[in-house]
Amino acid sequence: MRDPVTLIANWLSGLLSGWGLSPGLVTVIMVFIGVLALASAMLVLDIFLVWVERKVVARFQDRIGPNRLGPYGLVQPLADVIKLLIKEDIIPAGADRLVYNLSPIIALAAALLLWAVLPISATIYGTNLNVGVLYLVAVGAISTLGIIMAGWASNNKYALLGAFRTVAQMVSYEVPMVIVLMVPVILTRSMGLKDIVDQQVIWYIVAAPLAAIIFLISNLAELGRAPFDLPEAESELVAGFHIEYTGMKFGMFYAGELLHALTVGAIFSSLFLGGWRGPGAEAFPIIGVFWFFLKAFFMYWVIMWSKYTFPRLRVDQMLNFNWKFLTPLSLVILMTTAVLDKLLPRTNMLVYSLGMLLLNIVIVLVTLQILRARAGAERRRVAEPKPAATPQGAVTASQPPSGASQ
Amino acid sequence: MTALQVVFLIIAVVTLGAALMVVTTRNLVHAALWLVVTLFGVAVLYVLLDAGFLAVAQVIIYIGAIAILFIFAVMLTRRVASDNIPQTNNNWGWAALVAVVFLGGLAWVLRPWQGFSTQASELSSRADPLRELGQALVSPNAYVIPFEVASVLLLAALIGAIMVAWERK
Repeated sequence: MRDPVTLIANWLSGLLSGWGLSPGLVTVIMVFIGVLALASAMLVLDIFLVWVERKVVARFQDRIGPNRLGPYGLVQPLADVIKLLIKEDIIPAGADRLVYNLSPIIALAAALLLWAVLPISATIYGTNLNVGVLYLVAVGAISTLGIIMAGWASNNKYALLGAFRTVAQMVSYEVPMVIVLMVPVILTRSMGLKDIVDQQVIWYIVAAPLAAIIFLISNLAELGRAPFDLPEAESELVAGFHIEYTGMKFGMFYAGELLHALTVGAIFSSLFLGGWRGPGAEAFPIIGVFWFFLKAFFMYWVIMWSKYTFPRLRVDQMLNFNWKFLTPLSLVILMTTAVLDKLLPRTNMLVYSLGMLLLNIVIVLVTLQILRARAGAERRRVAEPKPAATPQGAVTASQPPSGASQ
Repeated sequence: MTALQVVFLIIAVVTLGAALMVVTTRNLVHAALWLVVTLFGVAVLYVLLDAGFLAVAQVIIYIGAIAILFIFAVMLTRRVASDNIPQTNNNWGWAALVAVVFLGGLAWVLRPWQGFSTQASELSSRADPLRELGQALVSPNAYVIPFEVASVLLLAALIGAIMVAWERK
């Protein structure tokens, strides 16, 4: 009774073997059932996420949110789904039909694919891939592809511009994300997500808080959520890459975005918050599922919190922030972590984690000093009197003639 | 025939078919998307060979970076994406000659190779291939020099890109 999922799986494979099927075929059937169960569970959860998102945004904006259908408006997402299903399906003139119809599928599938490597509890996980962390990045590449396909196939300039912005953003923010993803790998000595969670007796957010924050920021950009929602900036691009999509095809983009946000929360909690770890989760793996989703939903809430709090960045601010701040900082973190990892004893994880924490504090202090100096220089530069557009010959004598030519 | 062989045949047919579509499709964006299918097929072949790291690296680098760059470049280039652009230029004859000579040369070099008829040896299942690959890349007895040379080459490309984009004051 401690682990009902494994119990059911063992019973089912025993039943199939009892029917005289070969062990190889039983494995294949069990894998298919597992994929089907996980994917269905995620897609059903996705419907519920619509309610979560609407309710939370309402609270952030001092509203009540959906409250008419069912208790606390819980039936509202079903009505939303029915509404999306019965809307007219429009394919714009000049659209590339195949690519146009394929891209919502890719967008949703990319979010689902990530769950293949996430350990939901000690015994429930798709696969402990030995390159699990890199797999997450590779699937991110596929979701980029889905968006650019949508933008191009729609035959709409706003969609194309939105897709361009998305790709510029996603490709850039992948760089600091991949770099800081290596920090938990250094701490664990493995790229498998199950190994990473198994070794987190002390959560990695203690040993690597900066890496966690950078990972969260770059994932906000990957998600295209505010403050990085330039790909669908309503005031500039109407709706961005999914402008032409109607009905359930739009619904798939929307569902993909919500599920991706929850998935990012789950990845973050697996990497830095100990995943399924919690009181009683080792003895009763089913409790691990509760802790896992509690942490995932907490991070999902943090993502929504930032989405509904921060205003949108400009394109140049977004790119400068990435290339001139996050990328150098993450490189420093990676290198110093790797060096300190060799110096600290790995036998005592408490000393090890606290040493890493100290390193992070030092990096923060140095970074703040550098930023303060840079901000001071920038303020002085802005405060300097600019060569005004004066009438010819009216330039004051204090300025050199060459400086006034601008 | 084992299940693995069936999967291999399906993937091989899809990969080769997609590769054929890359060179025959008139629409350049479609060609780039077919290229993505081809590269994905190659990634699946790596998975079948138990080379998970290569498969993931293939998807990240070739699909996530190179194919996206192709699609970007095609979209940003005017009129190239239309269907009535000739698919070949005047040098197709020379290109065909080079391709045939190259194929012949490769075949001649591979003449004494026994790989077609011999069975590949089983991988040792207990070692972590990823760890071995990582250690081989930094071990002086193995590939540290090629690894460093490749790193310097990539660094040179990075600096070159910055120099091209540098705004001279």
